[in-house]
Amino acid sequence: MSEQAKDIKSREYRSVTQVAGPLMIVEGVEEVAYGEVVYIRTPGGDNRMGQVLESQENVAIVQVFEGTRGLDTDQTRVRFAGDIMRISLSKEMLGRSFDGLGRPIDGGPEIIPEARLSITGAAINPTARAYPNEFIQTGISTIDGMNTLVRGQKLPIFSGSGLPHNELAAQIARQATVLGSKEPFSVIFAAMGITHEEANFFINSFESTGALERIVSFINLADDPAIERIITPRMALTTAEFLAFNYDTHVLVILTDMTNYCEALREISSAREEVPGRRGYPGYMYTDLATNYERAGRIAGKKGSITQMPILSMPDDDITHPVPDLTGYITEGQFVLSRELHRKGVYPPVDVLPSLSRLMNEGIGEGRTRADHLGVSDQCYSGYAEGRDVRSLVAVVGEEALSERDRLNLKFAQVFEERFVTQGVDENRTIEQTLDLGWELLSVFPEGELKRIDEKYVKQYYKKGSQVGAGD
Amino acid sequence: MGNQKKGRIKSIAGPLVVAKDMRGCEMYEVVRVGQEGLMGETIKLIQDLAYVQVYEDTTGLKPGEEVVRTGAPVSVELGPGIITNFYDGIQRPLLEIKNQAGDYITRGVNVPGLDPVKKWDFTATVKRGDELVEGDYLGEVQESKVIKHRIMVPPGIQGKVVEIKSGSFTVNEVIAVLESGGKKIELTMKQKWPVRIGRPLKQKLDPEVPLLTGQRIYDTFFPIAKGGTAAIPGGFGTGKTVSQHQLAKWADSQVVVYVGCGERGNEMTEVLITFPELDDPSTGEKLMERSTLIANTSNMPVAAREASIYTGVTIAEYYRDMGYDVALMADSSSRWAEALREISGRLEEMPGEEGFPAYLGTRLADFYERAGRVVALGSEERFGSVSIIGAVSPPGGDFSEPVAQNTLRVVSAFWALDTNLADRRHFPAINWLTSYSLYLDFVKPWFDQNVDKDFQGLRGDMMALLEQEAELQEIVQLVGQDALPESDRALLEVARMIREDYLQQHAYHEIDSYCSIEKQYLMLKIIMRFYQEVNKAIESGVGANRIAAVKVKDEIARMKYTPNQDFPKRYEELIQSIEREFESLRNQK
Repeated sequence: MSEQAKDIKSREYRSVTQVAGPLMIVEGVEEVAYGEVVYIRTPGGDNRMGQVLESQENVAIVQVFEGTRGLDTDQTRVRFAGDIMRISLSKEMLGRSFDGLGRPIDGGPEIIPEARLSITGAAINPTARAYPNEFIQTGISTIDGMNTLVRGQKLPIFSGSGLPHNELAAQIARQATVLGSKEPFSVIFAAMGITHEEANFFINSFESTGALERIVSFINLADDPAIERIITPRMALTTAEFLAFNYDTHVLVILTDMTNYCEALREISSAREEVPGRRGYPGYMYTDLATNYERAGRIAGKKGSITQMPILSMPDDDITHPVPDLTGYITEGQFVLSRELHRKGVYPPVDVLPSLSRLMNEGIGEGRTRADHLGVSDQCYSGYAEGRDVRSLVAVVGEEALSERDRLNLKFAQVFEERFVTQGVDENRTIEQTLDLGWELLSVFPEGELKRIDEKYVKQYYKKGSQVGAGD
Repeated sequence: MGNQKKGRIKSIAGPLVVAKDMRGCEMYEVVRVGQEGLMGETIKLIQDLAYVQVYEDTTGLKPGEEVVRTGAPVSVELGPGIITNFYDGIQRPLLEIKNQAGDYITRGVNVPGLDPVKKWDFTATVKRGDELVEGDYLGEVQESKVIKHRIMVPPGIQGKVVEIKSGSFTVNEVIAVLESGGKKIELTMKQKWPVRIGRPLKQKLDPEVPLLTGQRIYDTFFPIAKGGTAAIPGGFGTGKTVSQHQLAKWADSQVVVYVGCGERGNEMTEVLITFPELDDPSTGEKLMERSTLIANTSNMPVAAREASIYTGVTIAEYYRDMGYDVALMADSSSRWAEALREISGRLEEMPGEEGFPAYLGTRLADFYERAGRVVALGSEERFGSVSIIGAVSPPGGDFSEPVAQNTLRVVSAFWALDTNLADRRHFPAINWLTSYSLYLDFVKPWFDQNVDKDFQGLRGDMMALLEQEAELQEIVQLVGQDALPESDRALLEVARMIREDYLQQHAYHEIDSYCSIEKQYLMLKIIMRFYQEVNKAIESGVGANRIAAVKVKDEIARMKYTPNQDFPKRYEELIQSIEREFESLRNQK
């Protein structure tokens, strides 16, 4: 390369040869590291940031986070920072808001860093992890009773457009407590491509509980550059790790909407002309998502924890779409919201049948929630599942053709939706209330039908002849 | 020209590094990449360019950094110390990594698979002057409370013992010297073996002995044989991992190799916490005393994930060679295939179905073919087996995708997990209509001899009932249950009993978690007896509604919670209850 093209001292180049989609190719470069941060100055005087995606002997392929509009192949200056992507971290970040790349947007001062950490983060050694088993009471029956959340779990909400996933996530963030513990949650809120209203809803909801000083937000809105979204969750999770493991904080990370994140991933992949996997998403999306989701958990000997609640919208409510599908394979369960329940006016419209919490068994039972918890949950599941089957049967054969048992299941499904699933946006049920409610509804069935519950609990809790109201 | 010992990085993209000046480098040779000496393996060569898949994170590498050849393929160290250990995908002990690097797995940590310092008590079982061939025992080491580790003459070596000593040694100290053709060969307790090559054996045998798992759905309905292969495919939330854990815990193999391949970190932690605490029903010791774990979680480097199942199966073969029955659990082979796809994509290979490389099927077949019941090397006749149980995680729970389909072509037992069953908490959520096992005929003589002659007959009857149920259910969907004849309604009742009281098994229940084969047989007989009585009652005119209301049904529903050893007594009681109640039912009419 000629003399004017580069300045050795600052490693600044003017040798951009190609700009395509979110990518930019710089030639004549020397010793550029894979993953190195790149600062770009457009001919118009804008500053942009980027990262090296592929490094060859003289060529670097750079993804530009804030869009490539205004770049050219003549005047654009590119400077390689000599370092990988890092975030400045400090306890003072609590209560602050940042953009998708971690720059303050609340008018406050820059963060004075206590540490500058790589945002990619390393994998936690499985031998260093502590197994999550502390029950988190969210006050929501379908979660506490049926799909219990524990500290250090990653449990996403699978939703669809128009469903109240934001309300649910905000309610969980407001109400979540660990029984017998006064330690508050800090919440890290990472928004990727959501609307102004949605972001405001969360901020207002946090504000109304006076918890704003416990919240760190990273916000990339729908009209912010899409490629920035690749970085946003990593910024949030690095902050979470810092607070959890350096300051013994229990952190709840809300990531919304992961579908937008995956779309940004796909955009880069197609710009690089990579071989696509399903629906054009890159073949490495599973690994990429895992490097984010797996950053939840607890570490043995440390007090803090990271609980993750990603929210994603399933295109066309399709749970087999690659984004929910791969997510479900990585996370420890999922809450699935149902449009059908939502239409019926049920809030929260959690469809318990496809929902699951994999860590539930460790978090419940004697000493954690109540000894009968597992049985009650199993029995409700089975009753509700059969009831739903019968419901579709009724549509064909009519209610008269049902057996007595089917009738009971049908009845149970109905009261279960009306009384157990349904609750107010501010209704905070204790686990005792949730389980007692479960028993009340289960008493629709004769005692002998409760096969999934240990006899001794049936004896203790079964409410003989109790009248289940509602309906009819 | 000629051989070059080291080259330089030409380009870096994700886990793939291209190095130049690498002429003479071999395929699948291990290289050390960059200043930190990251471990990698060559997977493509063009002239003097070597394409290297790097087993660690490549962020920060620069073109021009050194790439050093090691001259050896990816290998594992085999010797005492494997059992009870916990490795990453390339056999680095995770605890040792933690000691060196802290809570997170950082790069460039270089630790050997076997502890080089630890001393083992070696007892020689041969003496000077003995003529030994490959596979012969030199002696033994008590590796864990239950595993006697046989030190063997490595494959390809034979000769006369000129020196042998018992005592306390590290794995690197010489314990024996053989002489062959005037050459002296020093032997230690350690062998090295390249992971991509199966260890040699004398002969493969038919799989005639079932691998009993204590899980009713497998043992009774879809058994796997020792040395057999099975696949458990299922969408997320259908219980693949719990099934794998159950099999690892209860299967009657002597050694368990558990490979967590691209799965959740917390799940591996669970294995790590529970295995050392779980009692092993066959030895009375802890399960960990006969297990080794290999963990490459989903966020650990993707190339090491590709290697992890080979590391696992090579270790399994090594214990097979000692005459043990080994069970290898691979959870999940889909993640392994995805690692293959990712690397293939970076190599810009022409993709096959869904972006997977065209050689996916061949690789899967190569892997599963390393299972088998064999006559191992050595002058005495010695039997061992490796059984492989692979989980498959098909996208969207759709079994028509390439990994599931290619797996089905090579495995002989297929345990299909079903989202519908899982949704209604029917666990294990194995669909009894779509699953199959090709081992049924192979293991029949064993069941006839060791359980009872009518065991497989009962199994067939039960299967027939379940199939009839499925047909009847279709009719019920159209016309309702009331339209069925009494006998069909009674059949539905019994089929439900099989599903709920037999097939459903509670993995977390203290007693139900493990069901002995004797108990399985008696449970089958109880249900069969119930069915016969139901038929008799119907013949004598008792209505289906009254049959549905019999009390003994509740007792049968709870029979799974009776401990294995108490079950014969309970069996007698239940049979009596059934007879009594049905008799009074018939008399009341």
